[in-house]
Amino acid sequence: MIEKRPIASLFGHFILIIGIIIVAFPIYYTFIASTTTSEAIIRPPMSLLPGGHMVENYTEAMFGGVERVVGVSLERLLFNSFFVAIAIAVGKIIISFLSAFAIVFFRFPFRMVFFWMIFLTLMLPVEVRILPTYKVIVDLGLIDTYAGLTLPLMASATATFLFRQFFLTIPGELVEAARIDNAGPFRFMRDILLPLSSTNIAALFVILFIYGWTQYLWPLMVTNDAKMNTIIIGLRRMVDFTDASTPWNYVMVTAILAIIPPILVVVLMQRWFVKGLVETEK
Amino acid sequence: MHTVAFPNKILPYLLLAPQIVLTIVFFFWPASQALYQSMVRQDPFGLKSSFVGLANFRNVLTDPSYIHALQVTVVFSLLTALVSMGVALLLATAADKVVRGQGFYRTLLIWPYAVAPAVAGMLWLFMFNPAMGTLAYLLRRNGVSWDPLLNGDQAMALVVVAAAWKQISYNFLFFVAGLQAIPKSLIEAASIDGARGNRRFWTIVFPLLAPTTFFLLVVNTVYAFFDTFGIIHSVTGGGPAKATETLVYKVYNDGFVNLNLGSSAAQSVILMIIVIALTAFQFRFVEKRVHYG
Repeated sequence: MIEKRPIASLFGHFILIIGIIIVAFPIYYTFIASTTTSEAIIRPPMSLLPGGHMVENYTEAMFGGVERVVGVSLERLLFNSFFVAIAIAVGKIIISFLSAFAIVFFRFPFRMVFFWMIFLTLMLPVEVRILPTYKVIVDLGLIDTYAGLTLPLMASATATFLFRQFFLTIPGELVEAARIDNAGPFRFMRDILLPLSSTNIAALFVILFIYGWTQYLWPLMVTNDAKMNTIIIGLRRMVDFTDASTPWNYVMVTAILAIIPPILVVVLMQRWFVKGLVETEK
Repeated sequence: MHTVAFPNKILPYLLLAPQIVLTIVFFFWPASQALYQSMVRQDPFGLKSSFVGLANFRNVLTDPSYIHALQVTVVFSLLTALVSMGVALLLATAADKVVRGQGFYRTLLIWPYAVAPAVAGMLWLFMFNPAMGTLAYLLRRNGVSWDPLLNGDQAMALVVVAAAWKQISYNFLFFVAGLQAIPKSLIEAASIDGARGNRRFWTIVFPLLAPTTFFLLVVNTVYAFFDTFGIIHSVTGGGPAKATETLVYKVYNDGFVNLNLGSSAAQSVILMIIVIALTAFQFRFVEKRVHYG
């Protein structure tokens, strides 16, 4: 601080508290709704204090409630989301790590061609090639499979760039030393590169887990069978404002369960999250 | 580039293979199909197709509903970027002023980043749906005729707020980093010269934040263009009367729902050109010399 300005500091706290209220209120509102009855939710104004049906709503939604509405159990939806998010994160990290390793530590014909091919994928997000990519998935028979949900999202230029950027900072002497000690490329990768990359990998994991968990358009297209829905697609299918029988309390429970896991990942791995966010954008 | 390299001849290709295979199968092949389909016309049963050159593009670009979707997208993106960055900048300057509790505030402010766009949309819809939202109820009781299901501007306001809300965390973190990178000596010099509060912010701090602001403007535009499909799809479905139909939503709707392949492909290609332009712009002009703490 330049000057001691208690009033400015107080004002700062005031603004931040308002900011937190804006940021947290939608989540709080949904949480409150998840602890009350469906009747109370559709008859506004809803009380802004927790209702007494929390345990009841969550257990009922878990054990059969959600399944009656969308034909798939809540735990299956959660499992699908976890599986997809982790598969995308781990798959992307492995694939990008290997390709960055090839590009930085080997000399071979067409190296730069491959580099540019990977670079170009930056310019082709799913949203701009919706139908033809869908057709590829259909032709390969990957509709309603985990492979169809995850493989197309695994090729990533940003992760490859991050690893490449980092590998370039590793001194050549280290590679030379490894070679003098008769360490082959795999030995070098396992014993030197991998340990050095651990914080980068953790940072990428957080970002990619969120990326996988929050996917919408892709799982919407490649799943017809409710059993393969992610929790976000399942939630979307439950929300129906025109149907009087929509069980809003279960909807709210599902919404809370759809946002808690990624929030926990971001909050608990905050240090790596911030690093990952900043580095992947460089 | 490393001067030291492993001498293997085949290995690097094997290492690259997984990524290159995925890239070809799921990126280049579909993209080339989009290019091809954008220049042919298929009968509705997919039995015959004939080459029509740029006719699909001409049809798309002269279609008033496409121009409308373009306008909607631009308005939506600008509003989302402005609202989100404005709020985030205010919060970041506040966080820069407080001495204690920065970590605490940051922990609570990064939550929306983890919320899927579609879910963010639904959270706001729960509050503002005219049938059951408590905030919609409060608005109406105070004389606002609130009905985003019928009023296009209100529907737009709702999706903008949901989209901006989700992006606050991201912008906040980058603005905080940008503020921390400003040399304290400059602020000190300004305060010795008698510049205080607002004046110091607009004449010293804000100009020095320009690289961060510019970078975030591009990122937010890309976000609003491409990553908000879930919000539109779950909150308004492009309605009412296409008032919130963005370009990406229209590609999906025309191709996937209405099965108008040629038009959808041409729209995809136009979107590709927009992404390429935005990416090139980002690489060419966005200042990379911002220091992140």
